Amino acid sequence: MLYREAGQFKTSYAADQQVFPIRQDRIGVAAALVVAFLVVPLVANQYWLSAILTPFLIFALATIGLNILTGYAGQLSLGTAAFMAVGAFAAYNFVLRVPDMPILLAFALAGVSAALIGIVFGLPSLRIKGFYLAVATLAAQFFVVWALTHFPWFSNYSTSGVISAQKMEILGFAFDTPVRKYLLALSIVAVLAIAAKNMVRSSVGRAWMAVRDMDVAAAVIGIRPLPTKLLAFAISSFYCGVAGALYAFAYLGTVEPEGFNLDLSFRILFMVIIGGVGSILGSFLGAAFIVLLPIFLNTMAPLLEHRLGLQLPAGLTSNLELIVFGSLIIFFLAVEPHGLARLWQIGKEKLRLWPFPH
Amino acid sequence: MSFFFEVLIGGLLSGVMYSLVALGFVLIYKASGVFNFAQGAMVFLAALTFVGLREMGIDFWIAFVITLGVMVVLGLLTERIVLRPLVNQPQITLFMATIGLTFVIEGVAQLVWDSQPHNLDLGIQDVPLPWISDSTGMNISTFDITAAGIAAVLVTSLALFFSRTRIGRALRAVADDHQAALAVGIPLQHIWGIVWAVAGFVALVAGMLWGARNGVQFSLTFLALKALPVLILGGFESVPGAIVGGLIIGAAEKLAEVYIGPMVGGGIEGWFPYVLALLFLLVRPEGLFGEKHIDRV
Amino acid sequence: MMTAAERRSGDVILKLENISLAFGGVKALSDITFDVREHEVRAIIGPNGAGKSSMLNVINGVYHPQQGTITFHGKVRHGMNPHDAAAHGIARTFQNIALFKGMTVLDNIMTGRNLKMKASFVEQAIWIGRARREELEQRAKVEEIIDFLEIQHIRKTPVGRLPYGLQKRVELARALAAEPSMLLLDEPMAGMSVEEKQDMCRFVLDVNEQYGTTIVLIEHDMGVVMDISDRVVVLDYGRKIADGRPDEVRGDQAVIDAYLGVAH
Repeated sequence: MLYREAGQFKTSYAADQQVFPIRQDRIGVAAALVVAFLVVPLVANQYWLSAILTPFLIFALATIGLNILTGYAGQLSLGTAAFMAVGAFAAYNFVLRVPDMPILLAFALAGVSAALIGIVFGLPSLRIKGFYLAVATLAAQFFVVWALTHFPWFSNYSTSGVISAQKMEILGFAFDTPVRKYLLALSIVAVLAIAAKNMVRSSVGRAWMAVRDMDVAAAVIGIRPLPTKLLAFAISSFYCGVAGALYAFAYLGTVEPEGFNLDLSFRILFMVIIGGVGSILGSFLGAAFIVLLPIFLNTMAPLLEHRLGLQLPAGLTSNLELIVFGSLIIFFLAVEPHGLARLWQIGKEKLRLWPFPH
Repeated sequence: MSFFFEVLIGGLLSGVMYSLVALGFVLIYKASGVFNFAQGAMVFLAALTFVGLREMGIDFWIAFVITLGVMVVLGLLTERIVLRPLVNQPQITLFMATIGLTFVIEGVAQLVWDSQPHNLDLGIQDVPLPWISDSTGMNISTFDITAAGIAAVLVTSLALFFSRTRIGRALRAVADDHQAALAVGIPLQHIWGIVWAVAGFVALVAGMLWGARNGVQFSLTFLALKALPVLILGGFESVPGAIVGGLIIGAAEKLAEVYIGPMVGGGIEGWFPYVLALLFLLVRPEGLFGEKHIDRV
Repeated sequence: MMTAAERRSGDVILKLENISLAFGGVKALSDITFDVREHEVRAIIGPNGAGKSSMLNVINGVYHPQQGTITFHGKVRHGMNPHDAAAHGIARTFQNIALFKGMTVLDNIMTGRNLKMKASFVEQAIWIGRARREELEQRAKVEEIIDFLEIQHIRKTPVGRLPYGLQKRVELARALAAEPSMLLLDEPMAGMSVEEKQDMCRFVLDVNEQYGTTIVLIEHDMGVVMDISDRVVVLDYGRKIADGRPDEVRGDQAVIDAYLGVAH
């Protein structure tokens, strides 16, 4: 009886086309934001902030980026980490080489740099589709990491391409503690997530989905396939680029090109699949799931070891992690292609009827 | 000049090995329309299982047969657990499912055996073939020649098997149209089983050869990444394409590494085949031997 | 207010001359010439494989003919891209429904108005000013079409869950949303029940009369074709074998032979 839109009549199209048309959803989102901005900084400890919540937000942002390209525009990319790398190294170089570069501007420019690289590697989408295109994005993955390693200018001539992110300061206020870094990441992610939600419910989002679902029909109603796909590549890469910059500046502090490897790209693809292909909320759910699962396994293993009184083989949890991730991917693709987001929705529909079964 | 040929031949020899891995992809793609990203992980599992059994003191051929059995069972399980629930899904979904499968196989392989690199000795020495270096001054490894020979025999016999036998014809029918093949009484599951078993066998041979060359370790899984540009070049559905594509990629990447590499700081083997394949793709999207599809609306 | 009959006596707006189209060695269309007048309902009929769908694909630029010229609104061209055709006011539906399966009915129809929306993606991301205003204006237009085709009740349903007949109707709605001057319908009534066909006929005629839309339609049901079309062109094996008013075409010996399968 709590979650029900009965009695909420829409008297205008404006009301019907809000981001969250159902009142309970609006309350829920507002509550989540209040918790994230006010409650979490007060109660969470350093470990939670810097090892779980901040990376969760950053991965969620990258996942939104990939979801725009793969989930909405239907173009599979295996090069997400490369675009994150471009963002991280671009932000580093903008701050390094431009005097008094404001950090937020550097992040934005990092996103733009990644977007440009994204457009270049999206160009083959003019002629190729499906996993042929996925292979083109693999080329991006290998080429970018190679270029960042082999041209020392990018890392300011440091050994093996390692960069250390500079301090983040906005109007004299330093974002140097876990809480502050968390809040900065949260603000950026919240703004960009809302922007993504707005795009996917506007004509640009519909154009993406049209191209994804049936490109010939899309062209016939006047949607130009190539510009539409390239825009998806650009915006997706922008999100990944900003995520990469945050990954370096707000999470790790020190990164190297090799850190942005194919494994990271796959991990973000998994977040999309498990969270929900074509869902902004799903991007958060997927990121949360994949950030939390290893922690859960690592916590459980010693407990299990203690309880059973036996010695578990080394590397057990990391291998279990691989197996669980892989199995879940297969499971979700086969059983629930729209991932956790869909399960969430089913839950809401059940709640709508509750306490009645039908 | 002899240096050029030395590099070229070295490249062609490793190209034969790429062809072998690519062949595993082509077989499965033809039979079930799945681009099996897990082929690399299968190579890894096969090599690890074989070397593990050998280290337990099991005889070469017995270890070979047991490993082959493991691969066949894996293939059948994959067909049943992963692919059957996903029948009629878009190819890209199946492709992502095999990425998931890759992780499962890697996890299981390392859980059952371990994550340490192993040496595998097949009794073939990795030294320059004396009569070639004496007569031409080129260093061509005995091991590379032998491995390429084994791979070539395997590739040829598989190509013959699938073009000349009844099963081969059935496979081609299945590749053309699942429904129609079923309708004329071709046992689809049976064919899929055979193909996955053959793919497992190919993975085992590839794993043994590569494992003996570079050690049995996690990097064997990256063989899948080497095979991708080969497939793009050759076309996903073409056995000759896999062979020729493998040779081209093998030779091109070695030559590029030696002649272009020094100009840009080296290490271009990782991406050069991809760029090559992509450029090719822009000119001829269906690959060397692939068939052109007309979009009907 | 003009009557339907007056509207139908409009000028020729689309002229196809000597169109030939081949796929590899297979000839789909050879040397076809016909025209379409403004506001008329023009039917293309013919047995299976006669090249009817290829003809529509040539008109809106999905296929580019090897030979021949197309004159649309006085401009001569050899072929255009589908999105240019859309920009020039040509909309169409497909023989096998080509809806966007992952989207709701409303979103599908809204895509039909994408060409009318000028806001950049940045404005849409921020959801202010022009982006928001446009979205609401276009929604109002789309609602008119939803009312017109009587599909209010399925507005928010994903199209994949709809029965076949309703999907066809939604596809028509999406095409109409573009406010086309010319509408190409590829077998709009195939596979429908009698009631559904009657509804569809009514919608097609209403579109023609209320908006003055020129309609080019492929249909197998001869009763329907004879009832609603002003002129009929008949294709067989990629050639034109007859062209004229329904009653003229019906009596044509070549047409009768083609349908009864007389040896060539």
